[in-house]
Amino acid sequence: MAAKPIRSSVGRAAGLGSAREGVAQWWAERAFAVALIPLTLWLAVSLIKHSGSDHASVIAWLRSPWATLLVVLLLISLFSHLALGLRVIIEDYIHSGAKFAVLLVARFLCFSLCIAGILATLRIAMIA
Amino acid sequence: MSPAANRPAAAERSAGPLSPHLQIYRPQLTSVLSFAHRLSGVALGLYSVVLVAWLIAAAAGSTPFSTMQTAMRSPGGQLLLLAGIFCFFLHLCGGIRHLFWDAGYGFELTSIYTSGWVVVVASATLTAIAWFAGSVL
Repeated sequence: MAAKPIRSSVGRAAGLGSAREGVAQWWAERAFAVALIPLTLWLAVSLIKHSGSDHASVIAWLRSPWATLLVVLLLISLFSHLALGLRVIIEDYIHSGAKFAVLLVARFLCFSLCIAGILATLRIAMIA
Repeated sequence: MSPAANRPAAAERSAGPLSPHLQIYRPQLTSVLSFAHRLSGVALGLYSVVLVAWLIAAAAGSTPFSTMQTAMRSPGGQLLLLAGIFCFFLHLCGGIRHLFWDAGYGFELTSIYTSGWVVVVASATLTAIAWFAGSVL
């Protein structure tokens, strides 16, 4: 018979398991998801309105302060939510040594695309 | 008796039956929508590249922008656009369903099936509305 453990059952179980960390990422993914509901619906309506527009009127629309702000907020929320979601999927399906590399590439791509989108939007708002 | 004594040894455990793999089950609305949510999320990640490319084209000038618009108006571009719009509404509606679950609502089996069909019908309807609105304007 094994020696009677000194620590209580609760004491041994507390602090272990998946809940020890990751709550912040779980919350952030949902917070960005909530932000994306109005932001993407606004973009969808705007893009439908401009589906027949030429370059000049699209630029005029993107240059308006509200459009610039909302596109930038959308890009930040979109790529943050995407990065967090891809991380969950990668961690669920890739168990080989490639996991770390794939996680890194996914993060770099999300970050780069986000910055590229923001720069293009600001270029339109300030220079174009 | 310690809990460890109830567990089989490692060798014995590996020889034991595994839990059934996903392919064994008949597809159900719940499992199909769960997978579709992830799949549409990944697809929308690819479409976000198109969104950034569209913004870059708009910033680059009217010639790159019209090249992009022409590509999107081609039959292949239109098909991709339609698929993207459906992915968007599927992920949006499915995402709202997930947020309700995260808040602790809608876990009864009847609610799960009702909300599942609502997601399917709403995404199809919203896709049709968006497509119609886009072609009229």
